[in-house]
Amino acid sequence: MEELERIFDDLRALVEDPSFPAVRRWLEQNPGGKVVGSFQVFFPEEIAHAAGMLPLKIAGAGGTIQVRQADARIAAFVCSIVRSSLELALSGRLDFLSVMVVPNICDAARNACGVWVRSFPHMRVETLYHPHNAASAHAVDYLTGEYRRIGRILEEIGGRPITDEALRGSIALFNENRRLLREVYRIKRETPWLLTAVESYLLVRSAGLMPREEHNALLRRVLELLPQRPVKKQDRIRVVFEGGFCEQPALDMLAVIQNACYIVDDDLMIGLRWITEDVPLEGDPWRNLADSYVNRSTYSPVQRDPRKPKAEMLLRRIRESGAEAAIVAAAKMCEPGLEEQVHYSRALEAAGIPHLVMEFEESMTVFEQVGMEVETFAESLLFQFA
Amino acid sequence: MGTPTEEILGATRREGKRLMDLWWQEMTEAAQTGRPTAYVFAMGSMAELLRTFGFVLNFPEITSLQIAVRGQSQAYIQAAEDYGFSPDVCGYVKADVGLQLRQGEHPYGKVPRPSLVVTSNVCNTYIKWSEIWEHLYGCPVFVVDLPGWRGRDSADLDGETFRNDARYVLGQLQELIGLCERITGKRFDLDRFREHLAEANRMAELYQAVCETNRHVPAPFNAVVEGVTYQGIAHLYRGSPEGSRYFQQVLQEMQERIRLGMAAVPDERFRLVLVGTTCYSHFRRFVELFASWGGVFVHSTYMIFAGGGFVPGFAYDLSRPLESFAERMVTAAYWGYTGSMFYQQDWLDEVVQRWHVDGICFHGVKSCRTVSTGLPDVREWMRVQRNVPGLFIQSDLVDPRLWSDAQVKNRVDAFFEALAAHKAARR
Repeated sequence: MEELERIFDDLRALVEDPSFPAVRRWLEQNPGGKVVGSFQVFFPEEIAHAAGMLPLKIAGAGGTIQVRQADARIAAFVCSIVRSSLELALSGRLDFLSVMVVPNICDAARNACGVWVRSFPHMRVETLYHPHNAASAHAVDYLTGEYRRIGRILEEIGGRPITDEALRGSIALFNENRRLLREVYRIKRETPWLLTAVESYLLVRSAGLMPREEHNALLRRVLELLPQRPVKKQDRIRVVFEGGFCEQPALDMLAVIQNACYIVDDDLMIGLRWITEDVPLEGDPWRNLADSYVNRSTYSPVQRDPRKPKAEMLLRRIRESGAEAAIVAAAKMCEPGLEEQVHYSRALEAAGIPHLVMEFEESMTVFEQVGMEVETFAESLLFQFA
Repeated sequence: MGTPTEEILGATRREGKRLMDLWWQEMTEAAQTGRPTAYVFAMGSMAELLRTFGFVLNFPEITSLQIAVRGQSQAYIQAAEDYGFSPDVCGYVKADVGLQLRQGEHPYGKVPRPSLVVTSNVCNTYIKWSEIWEHLYGCPVFVVDLPGWRGRDSADLDGETFRNDARYVLGQLQELIGLCERITGKRFDLDRFREHLAEANRMAELYQAVCETNRHVPAPFNAVVEGVTYQGIAHLYRGSPEGSRYFQQVLQEMQERIRLGMAAVPDERFRLVLVGTTCYSHFRRFVELFASWGGVFVHSTYMIFAGGGFVPGFAYDLSRPLESFAERMVTAAYWGYTGSMFYQQDWLDEVVQRWHVDGICFHGVKSCRTVSTGLPDVREWMRVQRNVPGLFIQSDLVDPRLWSDAQVKNRVDAFFEALAAHKAARR
């Protein structure tokens, strides 16, 4: 099992390294290669891959860097992930980016896109408008056009066309990645003692930080090793963690939670798991990607789809994962997350599901308070269930 | 014989008040009679279309700001926070939640419950706000998704991006019409819709003309005082004859003020642009801090993004009403809304020249990340790239707890001292 521990150590080092070592390695191996950054939550990375580029998920810097320059460009009451992502770029750590795509997830992100446009005139910075009227019969047609627009930009920058065949090949690769991640989540739900919350998080987060071919190989190896892990089941409550769709909690915060509970499902880095089934390979691949975003997908507070009322979706996630309780978190200053938190809590209350409400910030470094709250919550439930 | 001066001056203030009172009367009556009411938002209200079905239109941004202007917002906000909303959530939203928790009892009247909510995505918080009513009342919520500015792709109006966006919006409008027909039991009347579009065309042209009058030195109106009323009437009466008539009156009054040499701020010394919004809980104080230095706001991004998306050249083609409505909603989203909020440097550049602007006030408000997130960056861009001095201050739209008088005053005073020096050096 040393191999497994080593893999997780390496992944932690990768996730906590703001110099993006896997990207730099890829650039060494692919001189002149182009990197396409995308901010949270979802970006169809297949398009970048089919253009011969490396897609990179920009999801803030956690506590790994100090935000200095970005604070002078962004108002005070904006979430940490928007500032720290900008700081990564302003400090030169993202100098390799040729393109940056910011999906229209929230007001701060769309506005920050303007800051990126002004700050990096050499970089192509684009807002990607995903449909907020996902239930409209016209949403898929529209999004197909929007994805083709992004495709045209990448073709122009990459200097080569994105053929349907190449796009289908990339979709197949990413389908495999999503299938493997679903397998990781199956293990979390069925045998959570085999995989800690931090470990499963590292497996997901690293998908956006390295070439998917490498990531698929890594996931296959981990999934091979996990069942042999000599770990015993413990008497812990099973919880769903909700609130990690955009800004990410610190790894140490997850560690504190996992000390007291099994996190059997969550929405951490949900964008990398947004599409919940295979994207079809037959037919128009652009349309298939758009259709999958709209119709084969999960939920988050930053997508409006009346077919997926979010509080009901959370209750379903709890039910399907066999969780006994929920931790409903929201990032500080995150307007959509904080607003959704109210509906989540009321729905959980109505359904009689115990839950703990909390706020976090990616750069938090002190977790005693969180630890105490989670421990008290878990213990009270253990007594109750006993 | 023209209208006598004494009848022109001050007429718009009286008419603005009358129209506002009339709107409240209509809302209060609807709360009693159950007349179908649509909750809509300033940016992308779809007023022309909803009026065709006879909906009463409630603008919750306006009801929230009016609570603050009356000095009562803290109690409403507190009620929402007690309900579970975080101190970091938009104050407009919380003032409205407080209002809903009081069964619509507002200092100016009573707000009816929604039969329908129509929101755009121009502010994402609109969507989250709408979902609160969906939870409270189970009312239908329709999002008219308006893709925003995407740089050069949007600039090419014959291009595929615009066509794709316009097709999407048109499709949604057809779906919205179907929903309105089901709610009201009325068939969509294209001729009536065309009449509302024609009125909106008239209003847009007059609104633009009014904004242009402030290029005059001294400026005949203050964009943060009268301008806010103009914005309000433009929303409440968009697509109606009363709205067009009002702006005709405003234009007449502005022309008269110019003829008489009247200034919005006596002894005008500094011409300013406001980027962002004002602070409604300290509305008078906000203006006074600038006016006491002879500073007048000659324009604002607020008058653009919260001014109906009436960008220059805004006009519906009445021969193809629905298609044209969809197209104008897209161009309004490009330039009127998202362009003026996220990429305002080009607009500022033009306004600074044409409106003879000395400096820019960037006012960030905690309630509105849509407007405020990148303001420090734009300020720096205008200073470095265009040598235009800027002041950055922060408070809120409606939450009085976030107004720090001494701090704001210190910054404003320091700005004017620097601005005087800058102006002198440029002479």
